[in-house]
Amino acid sequence: MGLKIVVLAKQVPDTRNVGKDAMKEDGTVNRAALPAIYNPEDLNALEQALRLKDLIPGTTVNVLTMGPARAAEIVRESMYRGADGGAILSGREFAGADTLATSYAISCAIKKFGDVDMIVCGRQAIDGDTAQVGPQVAEKLSLPQLTYVEEIVKLDEGAKKVVVKRRVEKGVEVLECPFPVVITVNGSAAPCRSREAKRVMRFKRAAVPSELAAMPSAYPEVYQKDSALKIGEWSVSDIDTDINSLGLKGSPTKVKSIQAVSFQAKESKRMTDSDEDIDTLMKELIADNILG
Amino acid sequence: MANYYSDNESLKFQLSHPLMDRIIEMKEEGFTDKDKYDFAPQDLADAKDNYERVLDIVGEIAGTVIEENSEGVDKEGPHCENNRVAYASGTQQNQDVLTQAGVYGIALPRQYGGLNFAMTPYVMSGEMVSRADAGFANIWGLQDCAETIYEFASEEQKAKYLPLINKGYTCSMDLTEPDAGSDLQSVQLKATYSEEQGCWLLNGVKRFITNGDAQIKLVLARSEEGTTDARGLSYFICENHFDNAIKVRRIEDKLGIHGSPTTELVFTNAKAELVGERKLGLIKYVMSLMNGARLGVGAQSVGLSESAWREAVAYAADRRQFGKSIDQMPAVQEMIALIKARLDASRALLYETARFVDFAKLYEDRQRKGLLTKEERPEAKKYQKLADAFTPECKLFASEYANQNAYDCLQVHGGSGYMRDYKCERLYRDARIMNVYEGTSQLQVVAAIRHVTTGTYLARIQEYQAETVDASLLPLKERLDKMVVAFQEAVAHVEAEKANDEVNGQAYIDLCARKLVEMAGLCIMGYLLVLDATRSIRISGPDFTKSANVFINHAEAEVAKHTAWVKASSAQMLQFYK
Repeated sequence: MGLKIVVLAKQVPDTRNVGKDAMKEDGTVNRAALPAIYNPEDLNALEQALRLKDLIPGTTVNVLTMGPARAAEIVRESMYRGADGGAILSGREFAGADTLATSYAISCAIKKFGDVDMIVCGRQAIDGDTAQVGPQVAEKLSLPQLTYVEEIVKLDEGAKKVVVKRRVEKGVEVLECPFPVVITVNGSAAPCRSREAKRVMRFKRAAVPSELAAMPSAYPEVYQKDSALKIGEWSVSDIDTDINSLGLKGSPTKVKSIQAVSFQAKESKRMTDSDEDIDTLMKELIADNILG
Repeated sequence: MANYYSDNESLKFQLSHPLMDRIIEMKEEGFTDKDKYDFAPQDLADAKDNYERVLDIVGEIAGTVIEENSEGVDKEGPHCENNRVAYASGTQQNQDVLTQAGVYGIALPRQYGGLNFAMTPYVMSGEMVSRADAGFANIWGLQDCAETIYEFASEEQKAKYLPLINKGYTCSMDLTEPDAGSDLQSVQLKATYSEEQGCWLLNGVKRFITNGDAQIKLVLARSEEGTTDARGLSYFICENHFDNAIKVRRIEDKLGIHGSPTTELVFTNAKAELVGERKLGLIKYVMSLMNGARLGVGAQSVGLSESAWREAVAYAADRRQFGKSIDQMPAVQEMIALIKARLDASRALLYETARFVDFAKLYEDRQRKGLLTKEERPEAKKYQKLADAFTPECKLFASEYANQNAYDCLQVHGGSGYMRDYKCERLYRDARIMNVYEGTSQLQVVAAIRHVTTGTYLARIQEYQAETVDASLLPLKERLDKMVVAFQEAVAHVEAEKANDEVNGQAYIDLCARKLVEMAGLCIMGYLLVLDATRSIRISGPDFTKSANVFINHAEAEVAKHTAWVKASSAQMLQFYK
């Protein structure tokens, strides 16, 4: 039979490689200077989904992402690694959304996939670090949620139950839950598998309609023939939503200002690698509650 | 994330070489595979894009997984357990990730699960893997065995074994024995045909077998009882069922390339299938396999040199002495510039060789399929000859330079480089095998010298001389032209001496051979760098002008040194070397 899995993924600026041009003078993020990448923990989530696909024949993994046409790259990247396909949720109505409006839009869009057994996403995105969208999607769809998951340990398709290992502050919890369920995956989970060569050569042609409108495919007949190459592009009219709950309008969070904080060491101390110096340093760190 | 393809402009530059278009077009035979395989390219541009994308995958795996595992693999190494090899954990992970990425069988036809890429991008993948871990590059490179199976095995054997390569089955080529190293015609491992079992049975011992516990093995064995030379040897495919018919007796404790298990094997009635015809094992099939493996060691060597250069640059920028970073000091600058020059020169030679091998194999394939036209015959012959001539030069120089580069890289690190804390120490150990295995440097000279005396190198050099060079590089070209004159004079001197001494003439050539072969190689690399620099100026590619200058300074002095030696030599001198 197989499961129907949807992975939520986000295209984010690569904040891990911040150079000196990362912020504009007005304190906003200079997206042009930061390459757009697959949110790292969403890749961990994709891996968990793909493992289930390997394990249970007939399982489909589709990826949903919200963003402009270029976000289709996230779906393609997922297909290179083993996902069946996916869709992007696009349009100016979605722009400026905080986590509430984002999770609302995504929860409405997920319904277009039909009865989904499992929604998997990364714990949080590196551009906002809120870790709210996954849990909010679960709430809006009235589904149970398993957060901070490190591994899907067992899945009983017949009983519709999943067992996961969950990373908590001082250890690991093993939880069982019936599905449908929303699972958010930790960065400490297994890294995502590599792109697969033959899939890359085939699915590099996958695209959303507006990408093709901007830059027509050099091989339109291939795109026409192979239905797996068609990535969904959903606008607000494709999903059942209340437009007032979307985008900036639906976002109670208002960013008043952003400050660029640069750390500067105010004082420094030189220490040698002698035993006494190391001993003194350890004592200081323990006294300051940094260690211990 | 480190990516050893995207961070190295030189690879892209070599991939954009004008000859690549024809190589790809020949490889794709009219792009007809697109009707059968959804991943096959539609046209030339599409195929080139595929090359880049797949190399990017290999580059990412090399720069992340393999690089990150390399230190642990070097420390842990493989071990022998119940007559089997257990890889170091990092080695197994490297293997698993590359298999999952579907990049094994990169050069095999699609019908056998491969990607049908040319040899040049395959060689590039080997270079990148080696930059991360030279030891693992052997396990990656042993997919060369598939080439031999493709070229010489029966249709049935191809259908049985080749699809396994893409699935990550590992290979080994089992040639060496305790008494048969460089001299493979002394191989003793016995092959007897069993009427009862309807197959060949192998019995005996093999030694120094890289990745000896592989699943698919190509074994050189004596099939003709009572013979003692090459004519009694045949070649066999042996699928390892891990049923103790092939036991790993021990794993060698080596200086370097710890990730690559070097094994001693005992064959006891191991079932095997004959490849091709009896008695042609060494004469035809192994020679072909060896040429592929030598190109592989060339790639491995260049990958290690790339790593040595980067390590030296990074350390010299970081290390401060006398109030400044040591990369400000001319004595250190000279070492680093020379590492880079040798790296660029050996890479230029590596990919020139790879392109010749590509053409040679493509024409050979056309001949096998009965497609070779009369008009194509001279081209086929030309490229086969160039591939034969350039492969030993490439292996000789790339491996010797890898050693010199690792040596200088350690020197740049000073005392720290001698400690296990820095990568350069491992590079130094890993490099040392490269000019030894798959034919020592001395054996490369044996393979190359006839191309000195028959003029293969000179003819190619003259083709380089006829090409247009950027005006800024003309002074370099003039110096190269003079080096070629010196090379010709040295060859003439040796040949005249030989003619004067009927008894010792050949031995005298053998004594001088290394100098002559090196002179040819130095001239060739010099021209290749000048031509690469010219093309790179035109397309705003990476800078090769610096390396061309540094290399020709070095090569010119080397040629002068060899000239002095050769001109002062005579057949009478042999006595002093005995």
